[in-house]
Amino acid sequence: MIYRVLAKSYTRTIVAALVALVFSLIITSIVLSVSGFNPPSTFQAMFEFGKDPDSIVNTVNRAATYYLSALAVAIGFRMNLFNIGVDGQYRLAAMLAAAAGGAWALPAVLHQVVIILVAVVVGGLWAAIAAFLKVTRGVSEVISTIMLNFIASGLIAFLLNPQRLAVKVAGSNNIGTEPISSSGRMPGISYPGSELKIYSFVLVAMLAGIAFWYMINRTRFGFDLRATGLSQSAAVASGVDAKRMVVVAMVMSGAVAGMVGMPQLLGGSYSYSLDFPTGIGFTGIGIALLGRNSPVGIAFASLLWAFLDQSSQILDFNDIPKEIVAITQAAVLLSVVIVYEVVTRVGQRIDQRHVAAQLGEVPA
Amino acid sequence: MIEQEVRAPAPDTARSSGLTRGLLIGLGVFVALILLRLITGESDITSSGTMGATLALAVPIGMAALGGLWSERSGVVNIGLEGMMTFGTWGAAFGAYFSGSPWLGLLGGVVAGALGGLLHAIATVTFGVDHIVSGVAITILAPGVTRYLSDLLFTDEQGGGATQSPPLPNFPTWSVPGVGKPLGSLEKHHWILVSDLAGLVRGVLTGLSPVTLIAILLVPASFYLLWRTAFGLRLRSCGENPFAAESLGVKVYRMKYAAVVISGALAGLGGVFLAMVASSNYQEGQVNGRGYIGLAAMIFGNWRPGMVAGGAGLFGYADALQLRGGAGAVHAMLLLIGIGLLALAIWRGYKGRVVAAAISAVVGVGVLVWFFLTDALPREIVTYSPHITTLLVLAFAAQRLRMPAADGLRYRRGGGH
Amino acid sequence: MSPTEPAVELHGITKRFPGVVANHDIDIEVVAGTVHAIVGENGAGKSTLMKILYGMQRPDEGTIKVAGNEVSLHSPADAIARGIGMVHQHFMLADNLSVLENVVLGAEKLYGIGGKARRRIEEISRQYGLGVEPDRLVEQLGVGARQRVEILKVLYRGAKILILDEPTAVLVPQEVEELFGNLRELKREGLTVIFISHKLDEVLSVADTITVIRRGTTVGTVEPGEVTARQLAELMVGSELPVPELRESTVTDVPVLSMSDVTVRDAGGRTLVDDVSLTIHEGEILGIAGVEGNGQAELVEAIMGMLPVESGVIRLGETDLTKLGTRRRREAGIGFIPEDRHRHGLLLDSPLWENRILGHQTRPPNVKGVLIDRQGARRDTERIVRDYDVRTPGIDVNAASLSGGNQQKLIVGREMSDDPKLLIAAHPTRGVDVGAQSAIWDHLRHARAEGLAVLLISADLDELIGMSDTLRVILRGRLVGEADPATITPDQLGSLMTGAGEGSAA
Repeated sequence: MIYRVLAKSYTRTIVAALVALVFSLIITSIVLSVSGFNPPSTFQAMFEFGKDPDSIVNTVNRAATYYLSALAVAIGFRMNLFNIGVDGQYRLAAMLAAAAGGAWALPAVLHQVVIILVAVVVGGLWAAIAAFLKVTRGVSEVISTIMLNFIASGLIAFLLNPQRLAVKVAGSNNIGTEPISSSGRMPGISYPGSELKIYSFVLVAMLAGIAFWYMINRTRFGFDLRATGLSQSAAVASGVDAKRMVVVAMVMSGAVAGMVGMPQLLGGSYSYSLDFPTGIGFTGIGIALLGRNSPVGIAFASLLWAFLDQSSQILDFNDIPKEIVAITQAAVLLSVVIVYEVVTRVGQRIDQRHVAAQLGEVPA
Repeated sequence: MIEQEVRAPAPDTARSSGLTRGLLIGLGVFVALILLRLITGESDITSSGTMGATLALAVPIGMAALGGLWSERSGVVNIGLEGMMTFGTWGAAFGAYFSGSPWLGLLGGVVAGALGGLLHAIATVTFGVDHIVSGVAITILAPGVTRYLSDLLFTDEQGGGATQSPPLPNFPTWSVPGVGKPLGSLEKHHWILVSDLAGLVRGVLTGLSPVTLIAILLVPASFYLLWRTAFGLRLRSCGENPFAAESLGVKVYRMKYAAVVISGALAGLGGVFLAMVASSNYQEGQVNGRGYIGLAAMIFGNWRPGMVAGGAGLFGYADALQLRGGAGAVHAMLLLIGIGLLALAIWRGYKGRVVAAAISAVVGVGVLVWFFLTDALPREIVTYSPHITTLLVLAFAAQRLRMPAADGLRYRRGGGH
Repeated sequence: MSPTEPAVELHGITKRFPGVVANHDIDIEVVAGTVHAIVGENGAGKSTLMKILYGMQRPDEGTIKVAGNEVSLHSPADAIARGIGMVHQHFMLADNLSVLENVVLGAEKLYGIGGKARRRIEEISRQYGLGVEPDRLVEQLGVGARQRVEILKVLYRGAKILILDEPTAVLVPQEVEELFGNLRELKREGLTVIFISHKLDEVLSVADTITVIRRGTTVGTVEPGEVTARQLAELMVGSELPVPELRESTVTDVPVLSMSDVTVRDAGGRTLVDDVSLTIHEGEILGIAGVEGNGQAELVEAIMGMLPVESGVIRLGETDLTKLGTRRRREAGIGFIPEDRHRHGLLLDSPLWENRILGHQTRPPNVKGVLIDRQGARRDTERIVRDYDVRTPGIDVNAASLSGGNQQKLIVGREMSDDPKLLIAAHPTRGVDVGAQSAIWDHLRHARAEGLAVLLISADLDELIGMSDTLRVILRGRLVGEADPATITPDQLGSLMTGAGEGSAA
């Protein structure tokens, strides 16, 4: 019976995710109790706050951003490439796109398209540096993308200066890029019960996910990409140009990463300033792992993560450090990764024995 | 994981520590720096302040690098060093502040780092999780945990908060007696070679903390343990061919656990240094990429303790230069890089690799032009010169490396034929 | 201990895995100071039995006695403690470590890891004529030398009973003779050798006693003098062994593959393939014989486009392949049965129908335009499973769950499917059971009769001699000789392969 449940890959994913969730809830409860807080009331406070219409809008908006970030990471992961540089890619892309958007005024749709295009190109190019180093000099993309994150921070600090690309934001000490005029802003979607609007870029994010799913599972290119990630040697023997695949995958990953800042930029802040959200790249890694690199899984994981982030805001009012959520998230991440591994292995063994039993042979 | 171009058959590197080669290269570099100082007049290039800072900043990088070496020699890739070092900084603060003794801070940091290593070991060795995934997960975990614990424990203390600890007790410092003053005055004369040497020696022999000394000693200790003892042989065999080791009765899982926990402890020691020697309290974000730079030093050092220490020194110098010398000194480096690239171009041309030579020549000329046309580099970018250096070093030094053959392999007992 | 007391006795050994019985009622008595061979075809249960004897598996039933005492082996360490040493078929050596380090690993307590160990190794090497140098890096050693290091490893630990698992699989006839010389020396010193093989001629020449295993159980024990290879084969398989042979010639004069002056060098400048020229015609099987590591693998990769060619031209029919990538070469009509099917031939964790697409992902029935045609691929996979007798419960099963023979049959079926002009078959029946082996040979013969050109690389000299129309020998990257498959013997071929002979053999 267990065999039949674990036979399908998606049931394995769901089982693993549930087990991991339960496990991390337990860990969180332990940490809370040890620190002197009451787990059930903490969870309840979070849940109550999270159900609020305002919260829901914020959750969806956050989730859209996380989704794009995780998608970018997942493209890399499918190829066994670790694009840890999503963080630097999206910030640099957002900044330059914001600056471009603020500098020119174009008719409505064109304006937005140009902004998004700039973001995608910048993200792709920044990732291409790491790709280039990998295929020509064999430099690990893990280290190079991380270094590029730091360098991107330096570049942004350099450019976000009133002498170069930035202006003072009226009525504060903040500086940011020239705000984008109304022709470049994307309208929001109303949600009943809330004054806040859902970023319409959410729709673009969903499209991106669908496109990714289709590409990976139904196209020749997607087959090549998956094959290279599963076994590079077999893929090369089958005719795949491994170096080309690495570059294409990294650039695609960087391009999607470039879009990460777009929901916020085009739907909320309209300018890149010192307080533009950071760290979303690393969140994306966690979510991609949680969602097992599948567009559907990542969607659920993004919503979960965003919900946790949003509902944790209430904790400060109850004097509970809201970092407990960070611990929950990290615990989910670590446990999910372990549980997936175990479930996959057990599933494989069951498969092999099942086949061997059916054929009457010694299992491979 | 890392697909550097490997497999140039090395003649007899089974026994060497890379120490002699490291020293020779260091000597050559030092001479180049002396000349640079003369040409540009930036005295910080070889001042004792910079040299001292180099040593100081090389320690955390070197400890991360050594940690990475121990782990990878047993076949486990450890990307989580950054997270383990973060644990180390916090553990040091915890131990030092609440006990009042810096030594318990040392213990706290090492133990905290080791716990991080234990977590990585459990995930990768017992459960067979992909090494990089586990390492990244731990690095994501670390800031959340430390922030939570700081919020809980440090906010009520004077000078503490969610992102920093209160000031911590210091270690006593030690200097070689009778060296400081005479060398200091020699240095001020700016005489060729003599003053530079004085700067180097003074920087290295004065104001040393016990953590620095321990760190320096750990380099030859690692070599001895890994290459001259049965324990080390077994550990290395797990990184070269774990199935062979298994067939000979080596407890591979146990060895990997030991190696990864040790690697976490070493990273933790680096964290102790950052929190208690390089500054006087724990601050969030203190580690700032040094865990990864350490990994780069490890690759650069070809997984041998001597060369790895050299790599740490190189990156430490880059860090020291931008901290102390500022934009001017780093600007001077452009000259060195430009000349170096032109020399590389000539060498490549000599070897017949015309395209590579042309590229080096063009870039070299470009760098020199940049040097002559500007006075200083932008401060924001100079801050990240260690990271830029890391990228450049990896890009150029990626040949002829020989990582442990089974590094990154997700080993399962009984998985051999 | 009397001279005829058994060194090892196995009684009633039975081992089950879910759904299958690997060994049942195994009964073997090995006399001390003899060479005892255990023969059986691939999949008969020999390797499971050896794992039990070496402590890597526990038997479900039955007893093991060593030197008269019943023992219970929980791990290789137990076996080693009892004086049993195993020389594995796939060498367990760490390339980056020296011979000394490899030998003392795990046994550091015996003689330390320094000078004393070195002296002991040199002593054993002298005593048994093994010629081993302690400080060389294993990476630098050839196959025969590595095997001798493995033997030295077990002798160093005081083994009195040596188990050799298919030791001659990677050796040429001359090296086999050397090995047998070593074994006779060991016998003279009172050691016992258990020798697993499926190569009956060799077994007959060196063993004192032979036990035959079929379908997991012992079917007979004979002395070499009493029995012919033919009879042994029948005991082993229950019927006649398939013979690789070609009937009438189908070689035409239409060239399919022509290589002229092809040279391949590695990154360090070493020459891997040296000025090779050859032509394969329609309907011809060209076999290349050579000791492993002499350039065959690189030759294959050069033809496939997986290694860059420094000079020379490779043509398929009229098309110049030299500048084309692997994909285009495959599309031009090359099929490839790789030597290492796990690394180059299959996606182990993917279902069979996705593996059908691998290598052919630009052509129907797998693709329609830029999209993958799932239905087409699935239908064709079912056809392959039927036509090539791939034993599997379905096409959604992961490739890793199939046995070696069935995996290979799938690959053969896939590669023959798109009507290739040239088929590169590298060690096509390695690790494959007799039934699958026979089937694969049949398929090759059939395709050859229809005009397929085949490049055959193999270490099985019988296969090479039997299945080739033309036979060439490769040594150090050069083609050094041509042999007539109709008249050459394995011994003569072996000489050519090691360079002992010159030019063509009659």
